[in-house]
Amino acid sequence: MTNAVQTPTPSTPAETARQQEQQRYVVPPVDVFENESSITLLADLPGVPRDQLQVRVDGDTLVLEATAVASGPQDMELVYGEAQCPAYRRQFTLSRELDAGRIEAQLRDGVLRLTIPKAEEARPRRIQVQAG
Amino acid sequence: MSPLFRPSADLFAELNRMQSLLDQVFPTPGSSIRSMAGAGFPVLNVGTTPGTVEIQALAPGLDAAKLEITVDRGLLVIAGERASDLPNQGERGERSSIYANERFSGRFRRVVSLPEDADAARVDASYRDGVLRITVARRESALPRRIEVN
Repeated sequence: MTNAVQTPTPSTPAETARQQEQQRYVVPPVDVFENESSITLLADLPGVPRDQLQVRVDGDTLVLEATAVASGPQDMELVYGEAQCPAYRRQFTLSRELDAGRIEAQLRDGVLRLTIPKAEEARPRRIQVQAG
Repeated sequence: MSPLFRPSADLFAELNRMQSLLDQVFPTPGSSIRSMAGAGFPVLNVGTTPGTVEIQALAPGLDAAKLEITVDRGLLVIAGERASDLPNQGERGERSSIYANERFSGRFRRVVSLPEDADAARVDASYRDGVLRITVARRESALPRRIEVN
């Protein structure tokens, strides 16, 4: 490799790789399902206590951000690691009929359950047929 | 990695580990760590301290009482079952659509081979925030010791 190749410019692959390294996060697996009144989203966020979880709605974007708290003795030496990135992040686009103001969030045993209700007018309605 | 301390005989976990190592060395744009979700359930971290072996299993949403943790002839086995949280499609009256089904469900079993000095009689396990932590003590004789010269 010559020096010319290594000359740092902001767009070199090395630089990009470093930036990616700083922003590394795990995309948590989710289940999403919908019934007549709401959409439910379940996300696996192991190791995340309540105060390290952030759920926010920005316009029509729902963003989940969380940080797992490292537990374990200080002098531990990792010999085998499948999960070494403590940051979680995932975002979703909400559709207009969802009521972002009434989202309910519940975090239990590392599973986040979000219930996003549908706006009243968007719910399916049964129309009564009047006799006579 | 010490040859005494092989993680497991789980071939797919091993393949995934190699894949993730490759991803670290040759980061391809757009490749996410999400692919690591296939590493097996639960995802394991194993560490050692001078006095203990620490196993951390990222197993969210489990009933701690139903986890089966056994140590037999130097093998630590973590087994259990994770129920699906998706609504039953057969239920009457409740009409629902499923858009994503990425979370693991079903039976799982992972095996960790413990080092020879692990003491199977002294194993502690705790479950918090979806993380199972198992601490296996190492025998005293394995600790570094200073020998006095008379």
